[in-house]
Amino acid sequence: MFRLMYTIRRFEVTMERAHLEGELYGPFHSSMGQEAVSAGVCSALRLDDVVASTHRGHGHAIAKGAVLGRICAELWGRSTGYCQGKGGSMHIVSMDHGFVGQSPIIGGSGLLATGAALAFDLNREERVAVAFMGDGAVGQGVFHESLNLAAIWRLPVVFVVENNGYAHSFRAEQMQVNPDIASRAAGFGIPGVVVDGIDVFAVREATRTAAARAREGGGPSLIEAKCYRWRGHNLGDAEHLYRAREEVEEARRNDPLERFRAATFDLIPPGVLEEIEAAAEEEIDEAVRFARQSPPPDPLTALEGSF
Amino acid sequence: MREAQADALSADDRVFIMGQELGEYGGVFRATEGLAERFGAHRVRDMPIAEQSMLGAGVGAAIMGMRPIVEVMFMDFIACGMDAIVNHAAKVGYMSGDQMRAPMVIRTQGGSGTHHGSQHSQTLESWFLHVPGLAVVVPFTPSDVKGLFKTSIRVDHPVLFVEHRALYRTRGAVSDPVEPIPLGKGVIRRRGDDVTVVGIGKSVGQAQIAARLLEEEGVSVEVIDLRTLVPLDVDLVLESLAHTHHLVVAHEAVERGGWAGELVSRVVAEGFDELDAPPLRAGSRPVPVPFAKELEAEMIADERLIAQRVRQALGMVEYAP
Ligand SMILES: Cc1ncc(C[n+]2csc(CCOP(=O)(O)OP(=O)(O)O)c2C)c(N)n1
Ligand SMILES: [Mg+2]
Repeated sequence: MFRLMYTIRRFEVTMERAHLEGELYGPFHSSMGQEAVSAGVCSALRLDDVVASTHRGHGHAIAKGAVLGRICAELWGRSTGYCQGKGGSMHIVSMDHGFVGQSPIIGGSGLLATGAALAFDLNREERVAVAFMGDGAVGQGVFHESLNLAAIWRLPVVFVVENNGYAHSFRAEQMQVNPDIASRAAGFGIPGVVVDGIDVFAVREATRTAAARAREGGGPSLIEAKCYRWRGHNLGDAEHLYRAREEVEEARRNDPLERFRAATFDLIPPGVLEEIEAAAEEEIDEAVRFARQSPPPDPLTALEGSF
Repeated sequence: MREAQADALSADDRVFIMGQELGEYGGVFRATEGLAERFGAHRVRDMPIAEQSMLGAGVGAAIMGMRPIVEVMFMDFIACGMDAIVNHAAKVGYMSGDQMRAPMVIRTQGGSGTHHGSQHSQTLESWFLHVPGLAVVVPFTPSDVKGLFKTSIRVDHPVLFVEHRALYRTRGAVSDPVEPIPLGKGVIRRRGDDVTVVGIGKSVGQAQIAARLLEEEGVSVEVIDLRTLVPLDVDLVLESLAHTHHLVVAHEAVERGGWAGELVSRVVAEGFDELDAPPLRAGSRPVPVPFAKELEAEMIADERLIAQRVRQALGMVEYAP
């Protein structure tokens, strides 16, 4: 889990730099600060379980096992990217790893996962579908519709709302009179829990419980993981219009990686985490090299693959 | 756009705006910057991420006599609120035997060029020609934005007002106060003799660029900006064809099923004798807008495609779809 969290952190830092230097183009939504949610949830899943994600999905893809070089190449718009350059940052897919896509149409991941779970149910497969959603998705009708549908059909879905404090410039309490997102589960007769999204162990534990329940035919659950979006909504966001730098600095003191270190201080021999870090750095360097050296897609492939 | 909305808010108490990131943030494209401060948060209202709600509540408020402006941040998200537009806004006036009207302006922006990928780059205005009851406005110049908006907010029917992301930085003179521009009146942007190129929004600019390219090849292009798709100014196109006798219709929307097909069909039915050659369309290829720049360039209709279609229409090169 530390390896996943560290890799996600450094991946986002590296991609952000590549954007600022003009090497990458298109929108960029950093998941910095939310690493423990990605790592905690995905490390409680099996390879054949599936994850549906959002616009802020790099961490989810990495944690579900997608290959770094191919994610990088997709961000670079190269032919070797997961989607051959057709997707980009908001549309990574790796079917081999059960990473079934991102929906930057807010709320869409809820129904992608519900439908995937319906397929598992129809095929009598003991697989679980996870929907990552932001706190902003709670405003959409599909959020409520997907919870209800999964509930009445007892589908194996785990809905994970990453409450990172903001939906673009709005805090949950500005857009919801009851900002307690987990409490919505009661309205659909399913379990709803709040977890500390900075604590990777807590996230993993909650996901294990929910996934086990789903796998055994117990139906869906809702997990609200409280965390904080360290970066602006996207790169170039006018953050100063709605939150103070001090607030961000304060929140960043609650760092999921540091939390892990503190929690495992007595358990992990010195040097082990440093080794993991060095290996992750190397993997990222290699991924970036791979992306840079990969050829751009043949323009004519743009016209293939669609009715 | 910001001034147009400010003018509407000042001129009419019934006008208010709903959408995401509008107030303190000022709109993701800054089209409402300062408006909440000036007119109050009750008139420049921030919404949860809920397109169906803002469009549906817009209809409800409109039938009670208000004049909502509903901003849909990206045109792609309009799909999330289609029911409110198609089944309610467009129909309530007619179905009620005119007991009620739904005067509202649905503002949105779309188009390619910023590499947002397939779900944030679409050009979808053609969908709405097929739904009777909606006016469809697609402005090109800053002055037209204001003139067309002034009319849009005053008419007693729902209006879809479609902006192109790439045009927000366009410079151009705007008179003050601006005259309202009637819906359904196109304008000739460039005079020419050999071929008429018809577009809306960003495509008009591309047609003008294509016209300059073609001038060097000895081709004289007339460029028409329709300004609105519903109502559709077929007469202006027919007038132009009376001296050019060749037609190319350009839009960034996918060519298949796009509004150019409607215009061409009207022209063929009403002005067949004026045509010296089959009218052609210059639209995007029938695939989602891909992320990578090389791929996008291959499928999006641009000035090069418009120029090529003109050559094809004039028989300078053979037509290939
Ligand atoms: C249907 C739809 N409406 C609006 C948007 C614009 N938008 C993109 S991200 C976002 C905020 C999302 O907030 P949240 O769900 O909390 O996710 P976070 O960005 O915090 O990860 C908005 C409004 C969108 N992508 N899709
Ligand atoms: Mg959020």
